[in-house]
Amino acid sequence: MAFTNEQLERYSRHIILKEIGAKGQKKLLNGKVLIIGAGGLGAPAALYLAAAGVGTIGIVDADVVDLSNLQRQVIHTTNDIGKRKVESARETMNAINPDVKVNTYHEFVASDNIMDLIKDYDFILDGTDNFPAKFLINDACVMAKKPLSHAGIIRFKGQLTTIIPGEGPCYRCIFKNPPPKDAVPTCKQAGVIGAMGGVIGSLQAMEAVKYLTGVGDLLVGYLLTYDALKMEFHKIKLPARGEGCAVCSDHPTITELIDYEQPACELKAH
Amino acid sequence: MNITVAGEKKDVKEGLTVTELIASENVETPQYVTVSVNEEFVESGEFDTTVLKEGDVVEFLYFMGGGR
Repeated sequence: MAFTNEQLERYSRHIILKEIGAKGQKKLLNGKVLIIGAGGLGAPAALYLAAAGVGTIGIVDADVVDLSNLQRQVIHTTNDIGKRKVESARETMNAINPDVKVNTYHEFVASDNIMDLIKDYDFILDGTDNFPAKFLINDACVMAKKPLSHAGIIRFKGQLTTIIPGEGPCYRCIFKNPPPKDAVPTCKQAGVIGAMGGVIGSLQAMEAVKYLTGVGDLLVGYLLTYDALKMEFHKIKLPARGEGCAVCSDHPTITELIDYEQPACELKAH
Repeated sequence: MNITVAGEKKDVKEGLTVTELIASENVETPQYVTVSVNEEFVESGEFDTTVLKEGDVVEFLYFMGGGR
């Protein structure tokens, strides 16, 4: 596959990087990333991955754009209110870069669809807003051996880690089970500063680009936390992959996907 | 004695347990925090009996469920 003149121009700032070059750009164009959640984290991640020329980007979300989304979900505009988020995201991504094939999935992830959703992708990016989805995505990626960028944001804080099943700890190594419903606040209840999605979602996109191109060190075995009020990043080295992990150890006790109860308030509006 | 908590050096009393540290650090939703000491997870049932030592590196890992 040779680059067109337009592609050479469009990706010139990548191609000139010695770590990326023409080879790396081709890897991006051949890469397939699935973004689950077209919101605070997924929106900036989708914008950067589309702009970077990731050839196939899948986006999963069952919601429509709501006015309260626009404070942070920068892929959607005021004119998109009421439109399916996946459709609005696809239009913006293709407006930025028509090279990108965008696959849209207007659904929530659950135990009966997630394995099928992730199977054709090289890298999965979790931009969901609830613990049942985060645990489901982790478990599915471990079972299917798919690399995953996990992230969470709340108020003025955010964090992320990269999970490569078999190489480092998974989300369940850190947090064994979801907290009980309403025990830990959600963004809807507690708020989140809009730019937090930009910071953490962009870092997730960075991990996807590094994974696809094979450049640099991934956040495998680390949890990177960001506190905007203190303006501090902190990189926590995680214990090695847990022998006792219920899903990613050599003798897992969780071998089937679990649909944890979704808080009702989360289903109505995000 | 000196320990490192979430990247910051702290001077704390001898014999401090993880439970006492969680209280003095005002950890939010302490019943759901994950704790590591020197890159090993401490089971929540052992917070009371885990006594910290000079030079220990303690991290608190919090649930963050937001994203959309």
